[in-house]
Amino acid sequence: MSAAEITSIKNLTPDSVADWNVERIRADFPVLRQTVNGKPLVYLDNAASSQVPQVVIDRGSIYLEHEHSNIHRGVHYLSMKATTAYEDAREKVRRFINAREARECIFVRGTTEGINLVMHGCGRKFIGKGDEIIISAMEHHANIVPWQMLCEEKGARLRVIPINDSGELLLDEYDAQLNERTKIVAVTHVSNALGTINPIKEMIERAHKYGVPVLIDGAQSAPHMPIDVQDLDCDFYTFSGHKMFAPTGSGVVYGKAKLLEEMNPFQGGGDMIKSVTFEKTIYADLPNRFEAGTPAIASQIGLGAAIDYLNSIGRKQAAIHEQELLRYATERLSTIEGVRIIGTAREKASVLSFVIENIHPHDIGTILDQEGIAVRAGHHCAQPVMRRFNVAATARASFAFYNTKAEVDVLARTIENVIDIFS
Amino acid sequence: MSELSELYQQVILDHNKKPRNFHKLESANFSAEGYNPLCGDHLNVYLQLENDAVKDISFEGSGCAISKAAASMMTQAVKGKTKQEAERLFREFHRMVIGEELESSSELGNLRIFEGVRDFPVRVKCATLPWHTMHAALNKERIVSTE
Repeated sequence: MSAAEITSIKNLTPDSVADWNVERIRADFPVLRQTVNGKPLVYLDNAASSQVPQVVIDRGSIYLEHEHSNIHRGVHYLSMKATTAYEDAREKVRRFINAREARECIFVRGTTEGINLVMHGCGRKFIGKGDEIIISAMEHHANIVPWQMLCEEKGARLRVIPINDSGELLLDEYDAQLNERTKIVAVTHVSNALGTINPIKEMIERAHKYGVPVLIDGAQSAPHMPIDVQDLDCDFYTFSGHKMFAPTGSGVVYGKAKLLEEMNPFQGGGDMIKSVTFEKTIYADLPNRFEAGTPAIASQIGLGAAIDYLNSIGRKQAAIHEQELLRYATERLSTIEGVRIIGTAREKASVLSFVIENIHPHDIGTILDQEGIAVRAGHHCAQPVMRRFNVAATARASFAFYNTKAEVDVLARTIENVIDIFS
Repeated sequence: MSELSELYQQVILDHNKKPRNFHKLESANFSAEGYNPLCGDHLNVYLQLENDAVKDISFEGSGCAISKAAASMMTQAVKGKTKQEAERLFREFHRMVIGEELESSSELGNLRIFEGVRDFPVRVKCATLPWHTMHAALNKERIVSTE
């Protein structure tokens, strides 16, 4: 979603979101019907892992009950059924991110594996001593550690785009870091700890002036905004199924075909070869070249079903509802004395990190849990972000389209309760 | 809220707010650093041992209310004890917070206030981090990490 689109969403009146029938949407998610510690579950940990709608659960069951077999191998009925279902899911992914070709969509276990695939396949092949890799100060550990490992191995240099006190990237610094030694830029679309939406289209354009490929960590953006990899012109885009209403073990790394074809394979094994002799192996074409071994077939088919579900409810309407929840939650929490919101960028996804004066986030998390509220407490696998804001950890509420304003009210009231307990 | 009020008892909240022996101990001859990478709790425990007895003990660092209060009350409980007594307290404390039966001869005393932790399994590491760190210091391990 472009900055202009986000702004236009923000300017919508409450009336324009009134047609979002959140109760009807909630009915699609069986997990939300339970009570926790005697209280209705208030699930606000969607940035860690989102819940799965019944249609996705059903799709997995149908596969396991009627279609399960190994893919790309057998000539028998079930293997063909499984292969078709798996490849159908890949086509759904292609349309979801508007990739040119389905073979550009590689199935991986999740974003972490996607980044590692690019690090091994592209990084280890093309990056050498004295080369530079640019990441940002708001990256998840998954988009730091693989590049650090590569730098250590190759003698390359890791450069980090700094952020301001609101949690926005300093683009002038980024410009200053880009040069002819830069070999890859790897940045997150949306910060998991701060919620910041980065202006990736502009950043990709700037990198391309130096001929530098760009990897986008889309773990937090794919579930919440329309993605068009051709419009962005990103070279790699990777995301996880389990953060977008699909089962764990599903995920995608998109890469431009030309780049993927030049890259080294990632893992070696079955299904990624054309022929094997002890003298030489010829690798398979895309996408199989990057999918060694039996993949998470049921999960990836589930991802396809989750994409169908997202399309059926209207991604734009969902995004509007989430923006309204973020606005309301930010307003409610800002008025509570002692609460400080970490991450106040102008363009944000529905992630609200906060700290309370003199109360550790883990204590906040435990007390919220007693009221049935699930939030994340900790460093969110983004320790450098925590250090940047001079906190050990934060509590984080992250919203999905099935959350309600009433749940935000429960959160706000319970936070007041936490402050009372500790006063 | 009954389990919660058992966890966050006034005494624990008081030790969190005003931790005792909360400073670096210049005379320390044993010390260790404790770290829980999962939540970022981080503390140093300092001990001054004389003839196998804990003459003085202190800690500093940052963490949640449970770990801070546990550290504070640990320093009070351990001061004046022999090394063996301190280690025995650690073992008893650990048994208590993971919900195991305590011996009738338990010497935990007011540390039993942490009994409520057993109802919050994810918080056990918060309560035991200072104890693990003290144990590491006594055994001349410099850094301990609970994960």
